[in-house]
Amino acid sequence: MQEGKVLPAAQINRDLLRSILETPRWFWPVVSILGLVVLAATITIGIMINTGLGITGLNYKVVWGFFITNFVFWIGISHAGVMLSAILRLAKAEWRRPATRAAEVLTIFSLMTAMIMPIIHTGRPWRILYWAFPYDFARGIWPNIRPPLVWDPSAILTYLTSSTLFVLIALVPDFAVLRDRTTGWPKIVYTMLAMGWEGNPRQWKLQIIAGVLLSALILPVFVSVHSIVSWDFGMAVAIKSWHSTVFAPYFVVGAVHSGVSAVVFAMILLRWAYGWQDYIRHEHIDALGRLLIVVATGWFYFLVMEIIFGIYGLEGDELAVRALQFLPGEYGVAYNVWMIVFVGITYFLPVILWLPKAWRRNLWIMSAACISVNVGMWLERYLLFVPGQANKQFLTFTWNDYLPRWPEALIVAATFAFVSMLMLLFSRVFPLVPLYDIKEGDILRTEMQIGRRKLTATFRED
Amino acid sequence: MPNAQFEHKWGMVADLDKCTGCQACVIACQAENNIPINTKDYFLQRRAYEWIRIERYWEGEYPNVKARFMPVLCQHCENAPCEPVCPVFATYHNEEGLNVQVYNRCVGTRYCINNCPYQVRMFNFWHPNWPARMENQLNPDVTVRSRGITEKCTFCVQRIRRGELQVEARDGNRLNDETISGGNYDPACVQACPTNALMFGDLQDSNAAIKPYFDDVNAHPGHGEHDRETRGYRLLEEMNTRPSVIYLKKIDKYPLEAGH
Repeated sequence: MQEGKVLPAAQINRDLLRSILETPRWFWPVVSILGLVVLAATITIGIMINTGLGITGLNYKVVWGFFITNFVFWIGISHAGVMLSAILRLAKAEWRRPATRAAEVLTIFSLMTAMIMPIIHTGRPWRILYWAFPYDFARGIWPNIRPPLVWDPSAILTYLTSSTLFVLIALVPDFAVLRDRTTGWPKIVYTMLAMGWEGNPRQWKLQIIAGVLLSALILPVFVSVHSIVSWDFGMAVAIKSWHSTVFAPYFVVGAVHSGVSAVVFAMILLRWAYGWQDYIRHEHIDALGRLLIVVATGWFYFLVMEIIFGIYGLEGDELAVRALQFLPGEYGVAYNVWMIVFVGITYFLPVILWLPKAWRRNLWIMSAACISVNVGMWLERYLLFVPGQANKQFLTFTWNDYLPRWPEALIVAATFAFVSMLMLLFSRVFPLVPLYDIKEGDILRTEMQIGRRKLTATFRED
Repeated sequence: MPNAQFEHKWGMVADLDKCTGCQACVIACQAENNIPINTKDYFLQRRAYEWIRIERYWEGEYPNVKARFMPVLCQHCENAPCEPVCPVFATYHNEEGLNVQVYNRCVGTRYCINNCPYQVRMFNFWHPNWPARMENQLNPDVTVRSRGITEKCTFCVQRIRRGELQVEARDGNRLNDETISGGNYDPACVQACPTNALMFGDLQDSNAAIKPYFDDVNAHPGHGEHDRETRGYRLLEEMNTRPSVIYLKKIDKYPLEAGH
């Protein structure tokens, strides 16, 4: 199933490098607005570090709030990268081609954003330098490797490193194209980045081997990163509804759900912004939509299982948290309403929108479904983490709810601006749709006569 | 360590039958340990905290109603859930059975707060402030904690250390119940309790008054509260945190009338 025409290589270069060689009129205004939001949040973080976490809405009971929710959300988004490039590459899915780099770059930027969150969330962020960058095993000062909070940076930094390598290796042939088409100091930079790429068979062979190897090596990271993030919660014995063994697969599938949705939305935006109608085609969005139905249904299964496992034990405290989550509350925030909204916009609404083929090919409907999934997945994390803490545990005297205050809201909003800004800036410097990958797909494509129909198919020898 | 020659394992017994819920222990702790004053603002922000708190439970329906009180402080668990989750070893178990908090190391991840089933770990959201003249009454033996760190009950480790220095290192005698209470080396809450509901002692000392309660509870682990000779039990025994604090059940001389 491949549509669209085979374009000449020169036109592919011209179209896909347009974002780099020409500046669209909207570019700098949009980047400036995003930059202003990021600046405001940076100042807020400064104020927060200066005066303390008192300016947030956290209290003695709910000590992990918006920041941790946002951390898990962005880690989740980052899972699109491996899913689309590594797994689909190994599975030889042809329709992955235009999406891979956007997904990997989104991975890198969302990981970077995610890592800011737990650091600014701590009481004394400047002290984190002692343990995360890098953790001081050698001198054995405080060698406590038991907490999941130490596994987190290890897993995330591994993921960040391997994703960056992945993107760089895939970029080398495109750097060479850019090197040949630029002048002045950009040419010098691209020359260095291209690392002497000439496009001879040996280089291609090594590049492909490196790509496949990295795909295979990145697969364990795909499972481990979000599992480890989920253990931040799963390992906590004292908070009911967190202490669950199903968290690791549940989080991983949820991460793919939100991550792939985010990539679809980013691709639709890029297609519209840079006029890449010939490259990011309806067939690609369609295929991603079908993948998303499967992922979403897997995620829904784990959601239901998580709730069933929670209720199954019939422990009073666990049931109290579940009651707080699902039943009309007598206390402050109506978590049950949010719960219905969250399940609706994360599973039922988008899956209904993805089911008809015509709707999958309608970019407006796809965008709406993907935004809805991501709003829902953000809510999911919030509803997983906060009611467990807000619930009256065994002994505490008071119930405590949590209402975020403006610094948290602003910083969370700014993370979205930050990632968008980085993506836009990246698209100005590097091609966001891999040139060589598109060309490779076109070369491998052949027409096949089956009965009376002519179909396009891809043949390759392995 | 000031004393290498004596081993200790500190423990506490809280007799709920004697507790009147007067909160003297709370105030004593507040004064002894330089805990910031819980102002109205702190309460409204829900960030007021105490290292030892009195929990009050109502039983029955008005007018046939009873109030129950229970002092809850850090249980100094032998198997503390807060300890393995600290990435910087700010909380660890020392050789005297105390769960200690090293304020200098703490970065404020607040994982320990989430992992404490007794909810006795508290986070410092603001830098502590006292009215100017009250700064003169701060206890010089206790660190004034900065904002951004977690803190909790220490069993008044400063008093224990003073005892170890004055009685053990200087005089060469082992601390026992008598010398502990005689020299004011027991925790401030124990000292302040008007009904002696709180008892403090050394479990390595075979003559300690608290020792029989611990022996009894340890001899009948699990939920066998009725098998025990004393009224002793631990909080949340099913979590296997093995606290160093034992509670003695309240005796109901006049139980609630049924049917009301």
